[in-house]
Amino acid sequence: MTDLSHIRNFSIIAHIDHGKSTLADRLIEQCGGLESREMQEQVLDSMELERERGITIKAQTVRLNYHARDGQDYILNLIDTPGHVDFSYEVNRSLAACEGSLLVVDASQGVEAQTLANVYQATDNDHEIVPVLNKIDLPAAEPERIREQIEEVIGIDASEAIPISAKTGQGIEEVLEALVHRLPPPAGDGEAPLKALLVDSWYDAYLGVIVLLRIIDGRLAKGMRVRLMGTDSRHLIEQVGVFTPKLTHVEALNPGEIGYFTASIKDVSETRVGDTVTEDRRPTAAALAGFKPAVSVVFCGLFPVDADDYEDLRESLARLKLNDASFQYEMETSPALGFGFRCGFLGLLHMEIVQQRLEREFNLDLITTAPSVIYRVHLRDGEMLEIHNPVDMPDPTQIERIEEPWIKATILVPDDYLGQVLKLCEERRGTQINLTYAGSRAMVEYRLPLNEVVFDFYDRLKSVSRGYASFDYQLADYQPENLVKMSILVNHEPVDALAMIVHASRAEQRGRALCERLKDLIPRQLFAIAIQAAIGGRIIARETVRALRKDVTAKCYGGDVTRKRKLLEKQKAGKKRMRSFGKVEIPQEAFIAALRTGE
Amino acid sequence: MPASKPTDADDRGFAVYVHWPFCLSKCPYCDFNSHVRDRVDQAAWRLALLAQFDHFAGLLSPRRVDSIFFGGGTPSLMPADTVAAVIDRIAGHWPLERSAEITLEANPTSAEAARFRGYSGAGVNRLSLGVQALHDDDLRRLGRGHDVAEALAALEAAAAVFDRLSFDLIYARPGQTPAAWRAELARAIGLARGHLSLYQLTIERGTAFHGTVPPPDADLAAELYEVTQESCEVAGLPAYEISNHAAKGQESRHNLVYWRYGDYLGLGPGAHGRLMLDGQRRALANLRSPEAWLDAVRGGGDGLDGDVPLDIDDRAAEMLMLGLRLRRGLSTAAFAAEVGRPLEQWLDSDRLRRLSDGGLIEIGEGSLRATAAGRQVLDGVLAELLA
Ligand SMILES: Nc1nc2c(ncn2[C@@H]2O[C@H](COP(=O)(O)OP(=O)(O)O)[C@@H](O)[C@H]2O)c(=O)[nH]1
Ligand SMILES: C[S@@+](CC[C@H](N)C(=O)[O-])C[C@H]1O[C@@H](n2cnc3c(N)ncnc32)[C@H](O)[C@@H]1O
Ligand code: SF4
Ligand SMILES: [Mg+2]
Repeated sequence: MTDLSHIRNFSIIAHIDHGKSTLADRLIEQCGGLESREMQEQVLDSMELERERGITIKAQTVRLNYHARDGQDYILNLIDTPGHVDFSYEVNRSLAACEGSLLVVDASQGVEAQTLANVYQATDNDHEIVPVLNKIDLPAAEPERIREQIEEVIGIDASEAIPISAKTGQGIEEVLEALVHRLPPPAGDGEAPLKALLVDSWYDAYLGVIVLLRIIDGRLAKGMRVRLMGTDSRHLIEQVGVFTPKLTHVEALNPGEIGYFTASIKDVSETRVGDTVTEDRRPTAAALAGFKPAVSVVFCGLFPVDADDYEDLRESLARLKLNDASFQYEMETSPALGFGFRCGFLGLLHMEIVQQRLEREFNLDLITTAPSVIYRVHLRDGEMLEIHNPVDMPDPTQIERIEEPWIKATILVPDDYLGQVLKLCEERRGTQINLTYAGSRAMVEYRLPLNEVVFDFYDRLKSVSRGYASFDYQLADYQPENLVKMSILVNHEPVDALAMIVHASRAEQRGRALCERLKDLIPRQLFAIAIQAAIGGRIIARETVRALRKDVTAKCYGGDVTRKRKLLEKQKAGKKRMRSFGKVEIPQEAFIAALRTGE
Repeated sequence: MPASKPTDADDRGFAVYVHWPFCLSKCPYCDFNSHVRDRVDQAAWRLALLAQFDHFAGLLSPRRVDSIFFGGGTPSLMPADTVAAVIDRIAGHWPLERSAEITLEANPTSAEAARFRGYSGAGVNRLSLGVQALHDDDLRRLGRGHDVAEALAALEAAAAVFDRLSFDLIYARPGQTPAAWRAELARAIGLARGHLSLYQLTIERGTAFHGTVPPPDADLAAELYEVTQESCEVAGLPAYEISNHAAKGQESRHNLVYWRYGDYLGLGPGAHGRLMLDGQRRALANLRSPEAWLDAVRGGGDGLDGDVPLDIDDRAAEMLMLGLRLRRGLSTAAFAAEVGRPLEQWLDSDRLRRLSDGGLIEIGEGSLRATAAGRQVLDGVLAELLA
């Protein structure tokens, strides 16, 4: 058993692509956690999608054995954190299990929006922060300037920031030494009743649910009966271990240590992140504060393109959910799109990732409806409804007011693109809170309706700043706004999948754009088709798909009929993908295309 | 009326189609089974056509032949004695109706016009001339080997020989305006001898026009079609089928067999047939390549590429696809006889109602027909009814 003074628990925090995963690789390598033949780049990014997109989605952990320059052996527990704004919740729970953070800043890029957001979270968790200036092998690296920038923008002491290259390995030992000497060891009482923080859990096909936890007090050993205090569930510990990063059994986990247990648990929902794990026989007096559960802020419908894939989609969602408690779904039916699911996500990237995993890992072809946020609809009778599906919107006459969620966004952008970024924020109904400069980079804070952000804001931001702006946000509050439900009608019948909640000032523009697009997407048919956008009974935009004027084969004699019949049979097969509205059949592709493009 | 005599609409008839696959040159719009060959072994071709006829004649029950049609390709390149031999062989095997229609498709060049008397002597009593345009520049663009004057001379020569005469025009040609077509059509109507086939240009895959000549814009195509209907209607040559116009009694007997879904035997490369064989309605298709077909038949084979039974669904679909092309529509009695179930039971009543409410079809006494508006969008109507 290692005594507490020889343990350090830390996270690495960084803006995306500043080199967090690469640094983790170097640390693991240096401490001999994996044979070099087992090393592959970014070993902690294990999901296929994480590797491919180079981002960390789920927190991962690893125990490192470090023989320090003072001749002593230390255990360094690293918890990797996701680097994207959608996963700030996951960042937070990783940080709660540690005493300190390595702050990685790309010395050629400098401080970005998520650098800031992550540092604030680390300070909230009373972390000791060790700044690291990465990528000094790059010719464009300016470690001195970035050192100053860190002090200026973030306001922490960077005089001892360590210049490194996670790529070449330069400076890695200095990082390890700094962890040993600058981070505090954990505190804890080995004799006290077991008290541990449930950091994460995921499903493994062989072992059942694997629970990652940080021991605060007491000991956790095989054969012990534990209680999860929040869910009040009891389990017999089957296996206790650590990640090196491979799963490695240990006798017991002691105060200050980070490791896992398994207990034949079938369902991750029983193992709530932030819960307190204690011994059933000798429980701790006070549970840990825990975290608020992750909340979905963005919702959309997911439907199989081919109705026959519905069952597959359901199974796939259930399997995904096993490893992603932050994602939620329920069944939904849509006249336009058939059977599917309404799904909730932490943010847009999360939504995109889930969608891609379904398409890729489960081989499904999906239709995604327009993303929506949660609106608070106050009715005249005093009731309040939370609505994230326009279909559920009550009749306008019953509504007293609607509130929508606002965020506080932080955007860092080079001066040259500031004008464009401000314009974008204004277009999206934003109000400026603050504008400061760090060298030639501006830091803007804006209040923005989340609704406007989920609608391709991130893409637009990237494009107006040529990729130089970085963005982070926090949910701020709800604010009453003049919001309306806009319906799209095809031959006077509403198409549920295209309904949306919009600000009244933007309704006409969006309605017109959508009608025009549909007009081009819906092929001319035997009868004219009216396409309208409406708010309540008021039509705000209208287009007509004119009836076909001529559609007949000129020649049809003896042999032609076989060919024509085969053609019709093909069309018939294609009809499976048609949806019928107001007696007109509309190819599903038209809806998909209408939904796909933003404004 | 004696019960045994079928009514005009129910008598679907029986026809023989003979395909001659050779042309002097390949027109850039044409996707027919037509080929340019330096030399054709005329004796071998004659024997092969007769041999394929003999093969099927042996399999078929006795019947009355209503029509024989020599199509192509360019059948006006056939030696008259080959035409005569085929007609004689058919007439020798089955009784030929006295009123039987025997048509030959001809290209209107002077060389071919010289053979018209020969064909008449062989038994041909109706000629169908591929005039295509009354506009020299357009004839050139269509890759035709004749100009307007030559075509008109051929027409006159044909009129002197044949009682029944038709000619073909292609409209919606590149750059053709409704006004220009109206004028050209007026002239054609003046020249017509009771029958006109007026085809809107179709850009077919695999032809020289494909990808180089844009298909006419949908609204212009509609306007040209409407001009066509209107002009012919007032001139007493109403459309009895989508692209075929005739004075009363001048309708092509042969093509009516197709549209009424009668039986027909196809001879020659790529010819199709619909035949009742061993109590089963079958779709037959001959080998397309002239040489492959010739070799197969000379070797004692049947020359077929495909021979598939048609199930009830296929037959119902084909009957509707063909029958609705006719102005008078399809006979519900004939449908019930073919399919074994009444038409109203076969079709979706909601769809039928929607189409009739929309003025595209009419369900009348004993018939289902597409209205003029319905015929103009018939492919859409059929998709609605069948798909
Ligand atoms: N030149 C150079 N590239 C680096 C260095 N560290 C990381 N990278 C590259 O930067 C990109 C992002 O690195 P990654 O570790 O995935 O960043 P993360 O998103 O913070 O986990 C990858 O292409 C790395 O190969 C470094 O020290 N020098
Ligand atoms: C078997 S074809 C040709 C007969 C004869 N060889 C000739 O060219 O005169 C019968 C008719 O179909 C029409 N036709 C052929 N290809 C066409 C196309 N791509 N579009 C419209 N009509 C076409 C022509 O009017 C032609 O006369
Ligand atoms: S249009 Fe007539 S002549 Fe021209 S290639 Fe076709 S079949 Fe031959
Ligand atoms: Mg990473």
